[in-house]
Amino acid sequence: MSTTFDLSIVNEIIDSLGCKPSAIIAILQGVQERCRYLPEEIFPYLSEKLGVSEASIYSVATFYENFSLEPKGKYVIKICDGTACHVRKSIPILEKLRKELKLTEKKSTTDDLMFTVETVSCLGACGLAPVITVNDKVYPAMTPDKAELLLQELREETKDA
Amino acid sequence: MDKEYMIIDGIPVEINGEKNLLELIRKVGIKLPTFCYHSELSIYGACRMCMVENKRGELEAACSTPPRAGMEIRTNVERLRRYRKMILELLLANHCRDCTTCGNNGKCKLQDLAMKFNMSDVRFPNGVTEPEIDNSSPCITRDQNRCILCGDCVRVCNEIQGVGAIDFAHRGAKMKVSTAFDRPIANSPCVGCGQCAAVCPTGAIVVKNDVDAVWKALDDRTTSVTVQVAPAVRVAIGKEFGLPAGENAIGRIVAALRRMNFDRIYDTSTGADLTVLEESEELLERLADEKSTMPMFTSCCPAWVNYCEKSHPELLPHISTCRSPMQMLASVIKEQKDQPDKKRVHVAVMPCTAKKFEASRSEFVKDGTPNVDYVITTQELIQMIKESGIVFSELEPEAMDLPLGVNTGAGVIFGVTGGVTEAVLRRLYAEKSMAGLFAITYKDVRGLEGVKKATIKIGEKELNIAIVSGLKNASELVKQMKSGEEHFDFIEVMACPGGCINGAGQPYVSFSEVAVRGKGLYSADKLSTIKRSEENPLMVELYGGTLKGRVHELLHVEYASENAK
Repeated sequence: MSTTFDLSIVNEIIDSLGCKPSAIIAILQGVQERCRYLPEEIFPYLSEKLGVSEASIYSVATFYENFSLEPKGKYVIKICDGTACHVRKSIPILEKLRKELKLTEKKSTTDDLMFTVETVSCLGACGLAPVITVNDKVYPAMTPDKAELLLQELREETKDA
Repeated sequence: MDKEYMIIDGIPVEINGEKNLLELIRKVGIKLPTFCYHSELSIYGACRMCMVENKRGELEAACSTPPRAGMEIRTNVERLRRYRKMILELLLANHCRDCTTCGNNGKCKLQDLAMKFNMSDVRFPNGVTEPEIDNSSPCITRDQNRCILCGDCVRVCNEIQGVGAIDFAHRGAKMKVSTAFDRPIANSPCVGCGQCAAVCPTGAIVVKNDVDAVWKALDDRTTSVTVQVAPAVRVAIGKEFGLPAGENAIGRIVAALRRMNFDRIYDTSTGADLTVLEESEELLERLADEKSTMPMFTSCCPAWVNYCEKSHPELLPHISTCRSPMQMLASVIKEQKDQPDKKRVHVAVMPCTAKKFEASRSEFVKDGTPNVDYVITTQELIQMIKESGIVFSELEPEAMDLPLGVNTGAGVIFGVTGGVTEAVLRRLYAEKSMAGLFAITYKDVRGLEGVKKATIKIGEKELNIAIVSGLKNASELVKQMKSGEEHFDFIEVMACPGGCINGAGQPYVSFSEVAVRGKGLYSADKLSTIKRSEENPLMVELYGGTLKGRVHELLHVEYASENAK
């Protein structure tokens, strides 16, 4: 466990939401927004602050699919696999991205922490199917080839930065 | 007020403030099956075994429905029986069914109900592959695959003990009881009190079993095996062999142990006498010194000591430096140099699972071996008696061995919450008549309430005393103390509600029966010739001999911080 994690982020979030057990989900959401995942270090700290056992916070964090205990990439790519996107061939896009990034169903984040690829069950944009999102930006009517181009663009973007 | 009635299976039943239908149904003699209901815990309503049918044909969970006047319910109709059987079938489909080799064989609720409902077939394929065992704790063993997710362990750990080592993690089919980040239980806040194992209806959490190692030592002719038996064991064992609940069976225990080849049999209450003398001395010293750390907490309970180490390290200076009675007696036993040609093994029979951890602590290892080699629980002793074929109820009671078998009533009541305090007060009270004894008894130190408070005058000083059992109660009291709301001089803490008589190593009974065990100990005290620890003739002998100049070395301890979080 790295000890370098800056707990002041957590303090800011707690200050804005209130230091009470009922705020736990909002606090975890806040942390995840800032860190893109829930670092293990925050658990003992929150436990102490909120008077809730670490096991109970872990319980909340594992109950919701949206919380991640693993670090996620800078770009989180979500491939919609709802019914509409599925029938319009979302899976080949997923397979293409995984192949390009050397990812699997179990390993969803690249080692350089740049990309995370995961599926999601319907983004509610069925008219634009098949849809993928990168962080919160929506890319409609995707194909495996377009996805590959998008990856290249994103890679360029990081090089420039 | 007029009496209120409801109808259960066609029979009018008076409602008498029962908090739910289940309590009322059980009161009228119907044993409705449950997995997740314990009267001391919050209501969870997960197992659905206690469903009943109301007048309109709707189903209600009896555990989470309050009784109302005029209500009519049926507890045993065709569809309820079918549903209950279905629940069992689904649980069994996802449960490893190797009952004969399970640690909870014969004590399992799932096994018991499967038998009662005549489960002849499970139609679904068995979804369990490999056992998932966590063996990291010296006190308990967990097997995820025997878990039925009733949540009893989670609630006892959170609500009664306030430890919070475990909770549910994940959801749906992946849901399981887990520590934070699925760490081994030994690396969690767990203090080994074992109350989770006591309430677990299946074999998902069981107490570690050390019986084989003890048999091995007993079979070895080059080894001399001494044993000490804790006070609470004697009032919990008899019922298992058909004797009345709460009956003091120490004489029979001694007889059984002797037949099993134990060389010397001693009583942990002798160690308790030493504890009384040392602890009251320490209390007086702390009271006399204005710079000392006050209040003083008792140190007999290993789960409490470990709880402080893990969750309240700032309290450690408040804990008495006295070793627990088990460890005091063990270090005195180690000094006995009879039978020098033999290897020596010391076994302790305890009502407690946390004692297994205490025995393994480095502070209590001397000359390369632990002072207590093995701790076995009351349940393990019962197993040994059954294994050896001894008919316990037919044994003639026998007496402890010399030289260390002399004990007092003060030591015996250590097994019940308030007992340590009462014994220490007997020592400190100047008035040594019978009336003096009664005066202490009536000062609110007896009874199984989780928190008791008393003010007692010792010499010129008024002592504020608190007696707590259940770790949640202890942490609440600590909070009040820290906020300055309450002030105490002496606080007795026992981790298990009601004290050692309700330890997790004892056969599991309802809390009302735990009270019967407490009565058993108090009547053992009444029967004892010597009531005060300082009047135990053995004490004079020990302090003049073995302990001379070595009191601190043999009877006190400073806990290293290795077990702190």
